[in-house]
Amino acid sequence: MAVCVAVIAKENYPLYIRSIPTENELKFHYMVHTSLDVVDEKISAMGKALVDQRELYLGLLYPTEDYKVYGYVTNSKVKFVMVVDSSNTALRDNEIRSMFRKLHNSYTDVMCNPFYNPGDRIQSRAFDSMVTSMMVQVC
Amino acid sequence: MEAAAGGGCGSGQPLLLSEGEQQCYSELFARCAGAAGGGPGSGPPEAARAVPGAVSAAAGPVADLFRASQLPAETLHQITELCGAKRVGYFGPTQFYIALKLIAAAQSGLPVRIESIKCELPLPRFMMSKTDAEIRFGNPAELHGTKVQIPYLITEKNTFKRMDDEDKQQETQSPTMSPLASPPSSPPHYQRVPLSHGYSKLRSSTEQMHPAPYEARQPLVQPEGPSSGAPGAKPPRHQASLIRSFSVEREPHDNNSNYPDEPWRITEEQREYYVNQFRSLQPDPSSFISGSVAKNFFTKSKLSIPELSYIWELSDADCDGALTLPEFCAAFHLIVARKNGYPLPEGLPPTLQPEYLQAAFPKPKRECSLFDSYSESMPANQQPRELNRMEKLSIKDMADFPVPAQDVTSDDKQEQNKTRLEQNKTRLALKSTADEALPKDMSEDPATSKDSNSLKARPRSRSYSSTSIEEAMKRGEDPPTPPPRPQKTHSRASSLDLNKVFQPSVPATKSGLLPPPPALPPRPCPSQISKPRHRELQEFPQGHPQQSEQASEAEIHPQLNRAPSQAADSSPTKKDIPYSQPPSKPIRRKFRPENPATENQEPSSTVGGPASAATGKPHTAVQKQSSKQKKAIQTAIRKNKEANAVLARLNSELQQQLKEVHQERIALENQLEQLRPVTVL
Repeated sequence: MAVCVAVIAKENYPLYIRSIPTENELKFHYMVHTSLDVVDEKISAMGKALVDQRELYLGLLYPTEDYKVYGYVTNSKVKFVMVVDSSNTALRDNEIRSMFRKLHNSYTDVMCNPFYNPGDRIQSRAFDSMVTSMMVQVC
Repeated sequence: MEAAAGGGCGSGQPLLLSEGEQQCYSELFARCAGAAGGGPGSGPPEAARAVPGAVSAAAGPVADLFRASQLPAETLHQITELCGAKRVGYFGPTQFYIALKLIAAAQSGLPVRIESIKCELPLPRFMMSKTDAEIRFGNPAELHGTKVQIPYLITEKNTFKRMDDEDKQQETQSPTMSPLASPPSSPPHYQRVPLSHGYSKLRSSTEQMHPAPYEARQPLVQPEGPSSGAPGAKPPRHQASLIRSFSVEREPHDNNSNYPDEPWRITEEQREYYVNQFRSLQPDPSSFISGSVAKNFFTKSKLSIPELSYIWELSDADCDGALTLPEFCAAFHLIVARKNGYPLPEGLPPTLQPEYLQAAFPKPKRECSLFDSYSESMPANQQPRELNRMEKLSIKDMADFPVPAQDVTSDDKQEQNKTRLEQNKTRLALKSTADEALPKDMSEDPATSKDSNSLKARPRSRSYSSTSIEEAMKRGEDPPTPPPRPQKTHSRASSLDLNKVFQPSVPATKSGLLPPPPALPPRPCPSQISKPRHRELQEFPQGHPQQSEQASEAEIHPQLNRAPSQAADSSPTKKDIPYSQPPSKPIRRKFRPENPATENQEPSSTVGGPASAATGKPHTAVQKQSSKQKKAIQTAIRKNKEANAVLARLNSELQQQLKEVHQERIALENQLEQLRPVTVL
C-alpha cells in the first residue's frame, strides 16, 4: 500500500529508504526530505513539557495531488516517513498506524542486533522483507 | 590462441595467459577479492577489514580457493612462495595469476617451478561450484561460456535467490557435456566438497536438487567432447558438477536421516564444541550471552559484519539481543557453514530452531564435510585453542577425503573432550528448557520495562517481568476482598510509622471511597481504594522485585493472610476507622508486587478469613516488619537514584572529554595535512 518507506535518523539522514516505482526514486527522496520539515514542526509544536504524552504517530504530514505523506517519530527521534498513493482511498488511518507499528517493531529488532551500529544504514533482510510486504500491492 | 596479454609483470617476466586463462583468472581474482567484501580496488568499508590492500584478494578466500584445488599443503606453500605473495605480503593480481598458473601446473603433474608456467597449461581445477574452471578446461570454444557465467556468478554473489536455483535445476536436466576432461584428478572431485565462496545453492529447502542430480549425473559423466558452445549449457554444468559432488556426498548420509537440510544439522561433536564455547563465554549454560559478548566472539570468525548481522538475525529467534544456548549453537553453526562456503539460508532451517535444538540435544547424526576445511580456514585466530578444538571436528567420514593429517590429531583430542562433555550434555538438556524463561525475565526487567510498556505492540519476552508484576498487582486487588468483616476489632493504629507515612495519602483514599458502603460489596471498594495506592507503590516492584521477593517470602504468607482480612473490613468500615485501614492496604499492595505469584494471594485470602480471628498481637509485629522493609526499600531506591545521578554526571563528563579529544584530533589532522606538502618536496 505504501509507495515509499523511509527511516530517518535523529540527525536527519536516511537510514533506510525504499520506494516501489524505482524509476522515480529521486522524486520520493525529495518528498521525504521536504517532509522532514513538517515533522520537525510537529515535534516542536508539542513542546518540551509534553514529551511524555507525545503521540508517536504524527498523522498526515501533507498531501499532494498524487500522494499523501504520513509521519511517525520514536522517542529517540528516529522518524519513519511513509508515502502512500492518493488514489488508494481505502487506506484508513488505523491501517497506517498499524503499518507504522510494524515498522517500529522491526526497527527495534534491527537495533537488538549487536552487529548493527546505530547510525548505519539498515541492511537487515528481515526488515527488508517486512517493508516489502507493506509495499507490495496490486500495482 | 595465445595472446600475450599479461596478467602483470610483477616478477619481471611477462606472464603469458591465453584468453581463456585470462578470463578465468580475472574472474577468480574478482571473486576472491569480492568475496571478502570489497571488489578489487573498491568496496564498502568492511573490505578494509578483510582486505589488506586496495587491489588484492584477501588471504582467506584465496586460501580456500587454493585448497579447493586439491593439492597437498606443501605444494600450496611452495606455490604461494613462488608467486611472490609471501614476499609482498598480499595477493595482488600478478601474484594471484602466477599462483593459479602454478596450481594448473601442479595439477598437470609438472613440478612447481616458475619455468613450468611458461609453457601452455590447462586451466587449474578447483573443486568449487559455479566458477568451475574444469568446465572452461582448456577449450577455447568454451570462452563463450565464461562470459555467461560471470554475470551469472556476480548476481549470485549478492542474491541468494531460490529462483536461480530452479532455473538451473531445469537446465541441469538437459544433457550437457561433461566438464571432466581432466582425467588424473577427477575422481577426488566427486568426493570433496569444500565450497569456498558460498555459491553452492545448498539451502535447507533445496532438497529438490537431490533427485535432479541423480538424473543429471548420468549424462554428465561423459568424456568431454568439443563443446558445441551452447553458452546456456555452461552454467548448468557448474551446477551439475556441484550437485553431483553434493549428491555423491549426500548418499551415504541420507541413510541416517531423510532430512533434506543436511548442512544445517548439528552433529554430536559440533554440539559439544559449541557448548564448550558457550561455557567459555558464559559459565552458566542455562543463562544467555549478551549481545556485545557474542559480537566480540563472532567477530573473531572473520566473517564480514553484514554476514554476521544476518546470522544474528537468523539465530536470535526472540529478538532479545542475547543468545541462549540453542540460539548460540544455531549461530555458531551458521557461521561455521558460511566459512565452509555454504550460503546463508533465507530463514532459519528447522534443524536449527531453538526448540528443535533443545529437544533433540544429543544427536547421533554425523555431519559430513562441513569442517574439513574449517580448521584450516581459521588463520590468524586470536585464540589458538579454538584452532585445536576446530581440528577435532574435522573427522568422521573423512576417509575418502584428501584431508591432511589433522584428522589423526583431531581424533585424539576429541576422545579427551568427549567424556567431559557427556556429563554436561544431560544437565544442559534438562536445564535449558526450564531455565530459559526465567533468567530472561529477571534480567530484562529493569532495562526494558519502560520501553516495552510504551511499545505495547506485541507481546515480547522482555516485557514479561514488568507487566506481569503490574498485572499481578492489579489482579491482586480484586481477589483479597471477599473475606467477611467480623474483624472490626483489630485496630492497627498502634504503628505510628505507618500512620505518618500514609497520612498524606489518607485523604486521597478517603475521597476515593465514593459510595458509602453500608455493609455490602467489599469487592468494588477495595479496587477503588487501592488505585491511588497502586501508583505509589509501582516503584517498589520495578526497583526491587527480586530482593524483596526473597527477603519477604517467609513473611508474606502470614501477612497476606491478615492483610486481606484487614482490607475486607476496612472497606465497609473505612469511615469508622480512618487511620487503621490505610496502613493495611499498603501492606497488602507492597507485598503483592514483591510476590509475583498471584496464586499465593488467593489461597491466602481464603485462609485469612478463618485465621483472622486470632490476629490481634501479631499485627503490630507485622506492621513493624513491613515498615522496616518499606524503609529498606526506600533507602535502596534512594541509593539507586544517587548512583544513577552519579553515572549520568560521569557520562556527561566523558562525553565532554570525547568532544575535546575529537577537536584535538581534527586540529592535529589539519596540521598534518599542512605539513605534508612540505615533506613531498
